Amino acid sequence: MANSAILEMRGICKFFPGVRALENVDFTLREGEIHALMGENGAGKSTLIKVLTGVYPKDGGEVWLADQPVHIKSPQDAQNKGIATVYQEITLCPNLTVAENMYIGRTKGPFTDWGFINRSAGKLLDELGIPVSPTEQLGNCSIAIQQMVAIARAVDMDCKVLILDEPTSSLDEQEVQKLFNLMRDLKAKGVGIIFVTHFLEQVYEVCDRITVLRDGKLVGEYIIEDLPRVQLVSKMLGKDFDDMAEIKSGHESENIDLNGTPVYQAINLTGTTGIKPFDFEIHQGEVNGFTGLLGSGRSESVRAIFGADRVVGGKVFIDGKEVKIRKPLDAMKHGISYLPEDRKLDGIVGDLSVRDNIILALQVMKGFFKPFSKAQAEAFADEYIKLLNIKTASQDTPIKSLSGGNQQKVILARWLLANPQYLILDEPTRGIDVGTKVEIQKLVLKLAAEGRSITFISSEIDEMIRTCSRLVVMRDGKVVGELKGEDLNQNKIMATIAGGES
Amino acid sequence: MTSIDSTIKPRLTIKEILIKIVRNQLFIPLVALLLLVIFNLATDPGFFKIALEPNSDGNLVLSGNLITMIDYASELVILAIGMTLVTSASGGQDISVGATIAIAGSTVLRIVKTQSPDISGGTFAGIIIGSFLLCVLVSAIFGAFNGALVAFFKIQPMVATLILFTAGRSIAAWINNNDNISITDKRFSYFGNFIPGIAVPTPVFITILCLIVIAIVLKVTNLRLYSQAVGINASSSRLNGINPKMIKLLTFVILGICVAVCGFIKVSRTSSITYSVIANNIEMDAILAVALGGNNLGGGKFNLSASVLGAYVIQFLTTTLYKFKEIDSSSISAYKAVVVILLIIISSPFVRKLFEDAKNKREAARTEAVNAGAGKETV
Repeated sequence: MANSAILEMRGICKFFPGVRALENVDFTLREGEIHALMGENGAGKSTLIKVLTGVYPKDGGEVWLADQPVHIKSPQDAQNKGIATVYQEITLCPNLTVAENMYIGRTKGPFTDWGFINRSAGKLLDELGIPVSPTEQLGNCSIAIQQMVAIARAVDMDCKVLILDEPTSSLDEQEVQKLFNLMRDLKAKGVGIIFVTHFLEQVYEVCDRITVLRDGKLVGEYIIEDLPRVQLVSKMLGKDFDDMAEIKSGHESENIDLNGTPVYQAINLTGTTGIKPFDFEIHQGEVNGFTGLLGSGRSESVRAIFGADRVVGGKVFIDGKEVKIRKPLDAMKHGISYLPEDRKLDGIVGDLSVRDNIILALQVMKGFFKPFSKAQAEAFADEYIKLLNIKTASQDTPIKSLSGGNQQKVILARWLLANPQYLILDEPTRGIDVGTKVEIQKLVLKLAAEGRSITFISSEIDEMIRTCSRLVVMRDGKVVGELKGEDLNQNKIMATIAGGES
Repeated sequence: MTSIDSTIKPRLTIKEILIKIVRNQLFIPLVALLLLVIFNLATDPGFFKIALEPNSDGNLVLSGNLITMIDYASELVILAIGMTLVTSASGGQDISVGATIAIAGSTVLRIVKTQSPDISGGTFAGIIIGSFLLCVLVSAIFGAFNGALVAFFKIQPMVATLILFTAGRSIAAWINNNDNISITDKRFSYFGNFIPGIAVPTPVFITILCLIVIAIVLKVTNLRLYSQAVGINASSSRLNGINPKMIKLLTFVILGICVAVCGFIKVSRTSSITYSVIANNIEMDAILAVALGGNNLGGGKFNLSASVLGAYVIQFLTTTLYKFKEIDSSSISAYKAVVVILLIIISSPFVRKLFEDAKNKREAARTEAVNAGAGKETV
C-alpha cells in the first residue's frame, strides 16, 4: 500500500430538523484512487459531499487533508484547499467561452490577459484530450464537453480531491467513455476522485474502492474486487435483495382487450412544442411506453396528451366519447394523471408540506370552494405515506427536505389519490435509488393489473422492456415505429430509434 | 444506555418546546410588541392609562394611547391582509396602495358631497352603501389592472404597481376636479371616529369584521393552498390544474377591496381629502408588516396572523415615538428605521440559521455522548 490517504473524514455528523442526515460517518480517500460513494437516495451521500465542500457546516467530526486537520468554512475555502466539485447540473456560465469559464473568478487584478488565458486553457485541454477550442462558447458544447471543461477547471486549480456528483446521468455511452478516460488520466496523476453515481455498471468499470452509506450511517468501505454487484446492492438496501428478478418480464397481456374501445384515443393530436401530429391509443390495463433519444419528442407527446402545453389540433376520445382537453384540469377531470419529467421544476411544491403535496391534485379537482377538512387531508396523507412507504419525519415536513426518491413517491401518491383511469409517468425512476426504482416498476404493473392504463417513460430501456407491453418509438418529433411482443428487445428498439434497418 | 436516555429525554422535550416557540412565526412580532410595552411602561407608567371621557361631541368615549394605537392601526392591518396574499401568490409587493387609497377615498367623496346634510337616515344609509360599493368596485378594478399586468404580462409586481403609484393621486384629484371637499354631515364621520353612544372607535369594528371575513374566506376556500402553491412553484401548480394567472389576479383584486375599505375609513376620519397626503407612505408600512410577520417577501408560505401582528407593532412603534416630545416629528422616520432594521435583522434567515446551527451542534455533542456511553457499556 504505497498510496497514502489524502483525505480523511472521521465521525462526521450532520443534523437537519428532525433528521439525522449523517451519524458518525468515516470516509478515506487515497492518492490516485477512484472511490465510489454509494447509497440509496437519502443515505447521506449528498450531505457528506456538501459537508466536505463547505456547503453545510458539519455538526461533529473531523476532516483531515494530507494529515492536517482542516476546517472548511465555505465552498470557496474548499476550492482553495484543493477540493474541487463537478455537479450533475453544470454550474458554469453557458454564455461565456470555455476559457473564460475555466478562469472566471480566478484572475488577479483589474486587468486580464485573455490571449494568455486562451493559450494556457488550450494547452490544458490538449493535455487532457478534451476536444474543444478554448474560444468556443460553452453553451454550444455538448453536456459531456461542458462537464469535462468543469473538470479541466478543477484540475487547473491544482485540486487534490475531485468530487464528481452524478456526472454521467445526462451523458450517452460514448461520452461516458470519454469521461472515464479523463478520470483514469487524472488518477494516474495522483488525484483522488470521489465518484457519486446511481449506475452500478459504471462503478465496476472505473472505481477502485466503494464506500457504502445507508440511512446516514457508514455501512463499510470495500475494495471493488471483494464486493460483487449483488452484495453491493444488498448492502445499499440493507437486506438481501433479489434484484429485479421479482418483476416479471412476461406480461399477462392476454387479459387486455385490444379490440375494445380504447380508454384514451388521440387522432392527429397537434401540439406547439415541435412534435409532428400523432395518433395514439391505449386500452384498459395496458402499459405502454414512449421511447427515443432525449429531445425526440417523447415528453412533448405525453405533455400534449395531458394538455400541459398548448394543443392546437386533433381529436381526443375518452372511452369512445369525444372530449376537449385544453388544459391540465380538463385532462384531470377525464381521469388522466401526469407525473412530469422534471420533478423539481414541475412536480414538487417545495415549501409545502408532504400532506399538501399529496392532496394537491385531488383538491384542485374537487374545487376552489370545497377544501378538504384537515382530518380528511391527514387521513389521505397517512394512507399514502403507508401505502408507498414514504420516508418522512411527519406529514408536515416540507417536501423539499425529503430525498429524491421519496419526493417522487409523494408525487406518485398525489396522482394515485386522484384515482386516474390513465396514468402517465414521465421518467418516474430518474435520479432515484435502485430500491425505489423497483418499487415503482412493481407498482406500475400492479396498477395495470387493477385495470388502469399506464404510459411509462424511462431512459433506461431495460425498465421499459420489463414493464411495457407496447413501445411507441419516436425520433425528431415523429412517431417512427411501434414495437410489441417479440419485437420488444434491446436490439430491435435501438435499431428503430436509430432508424437503420437491422 | 437507558439511564442516559431517561435523563436526557425530559430536558430535550422542554428544549424542543422552547425551540418550537422561538421558531414560530408569531414569536418575533410578539417579542417586539412586548419590548415596546415594557419600554413604554418604564419611561411612563401612565402610558397605557385608558380613560372614559367625553369627546368634542360630548359623547363618552375611550381615550388613551392604547386606544389611539389600535384605532390608527386599522388601515394598516386591513392592508396587511391583502398585501400578505399578493406577496404569497406573486412573490412581489404592491406599492400603489397609498395612491389607490386616495382614489378610493376620492370616489366616496364624489358621491357623498352631492348630498345635503339634512337628508333622512334611510336615504343617508343608502348613499353610504352606494358610495362604498362603488368605491369597492373602482378599487377592485384598479387592483385587477395591477394584477393583470403581473399575471398576464409577467411584469414584476413592484414595477407594475409603480404605474398607479405615480398616477394614482392625480387620478384621485381628477375624480373630484381637484376640489377641496369637506363633508359637513356629522354622520359621515362616524365610520372613521365614533358612533354616538359607542365608546370604541368604529375603525376597530371594521378591522375585526375584515379579519373575520378573511378568516372565513380562508376556511371555506382553497385560497391559502392555491396562492401558496402558485407562489412556490407556478409551473407545478399549473400541471396540477391550478390557473396561476387567475390566482395572482384574484389576490390583487382582494387587495383592491382592502384598499377600498381603507380609503373609506381614511376620508371618514377627516370628512375631507388631501390628495397628495392621504395614506402617504402607507405602502411601505404595509410591506413592513408582512416582513415583520416573518413572511417570505419572495412569495409562497404565509402567516396572516403574523402580518396582522406586524402591522400593530409598526403602529405601536409610531405611536410610541410620537409620544416623546423631545423627538422632532420630522426625524421620527429615522428612529423608526433603526428599530425596523433591528427587527428585520433578527428575523432574517441568516440569524435564524445561526440559531439552528448552534442547536445542531448541541445535538451532535449529545449524540457523541450517548454513543460514547453505549460504547463503554458494550466494551
